[in-house]
Amino acid sequence: MEIRVQEDRFDPGAELNAFSATVSGAGAVVSFTGVVRDVDGGLVAMEIEHYPGMTTKAIAGIADEAARRWSLADVLVIHRYSRLAPGENIMMVATASRHRADAFAAAEYLMDYLKSRAPFWKKEVTRDGAGWVAARDEDEDALTRW
Amino acid sequence: MIDVLYFAWVRERIGVPREQVDTTAATVADLVEELKAREPRYEAAFADLRALRVALDQELSDFDASLAGVREVAFFPPMTGG
Repeated sequence: MEIRVQEDRFDPGAELNAFSATVSGAGAVVSFTGVVRDVDGGLVAMEIEHYPGMTTKAIAGIADEAARRWSLADVLVIHRYSRLAPGENIMMVATASRHRADAFAAAEYLMDYLKSRAPFWKKEVTRDGAGWVAARDEDEDALTRW
Repeated sequence: MIDVLYFAWVRERIGVPREQVDTTAATVADLVEELKAREPRYEAAFADLRALRVALDQELSDFDASLAGVREVAFFPPMTGG
């Protein structure tokens, strides 16, 4: 299991290749990359704040739970903080398992929990001003399906 | 003495990212009441506890929780990772 909380950019393709190369006996590798979205062209930046003392621990707890629920060969989570421009990668998750069902389910589980249980906060900076992104009820509701 | 940390808009409303608080509060809720009584900026940050989350020593907790043995309390809005 590898968890990285970092300011720097990362290359999802290179990360995925490196991850796939280290897992043995896995017939399935699933990955997800989250990107700073600019829906209407008004976004200048996305500022991501986190709680340094808690972040890695919280993500490790989520990944441990995923590994308990599904048969996983390995898990990778990368999550960035600091000021990101539209189109930049925010985070990625990769899971490896013998069969695809476990890898898909674990990746979705990780994403659902990272969204509302990992201590990150997003602030959107637009041409008209800046505002904190509010947590959505749907994101909290998504946890009840697990 | 207890370390109190604030994140996102809670930090902005209170004006500092962290501070040391000399308190005898038994629970998180008691600590919140103590802070609110201090200055209007705390009142503004803690106006609606349903909009806030709390972590004790880097573990998510709740406002009824005891502060016995706790060294670090963090207040923040619901998380928006991913």
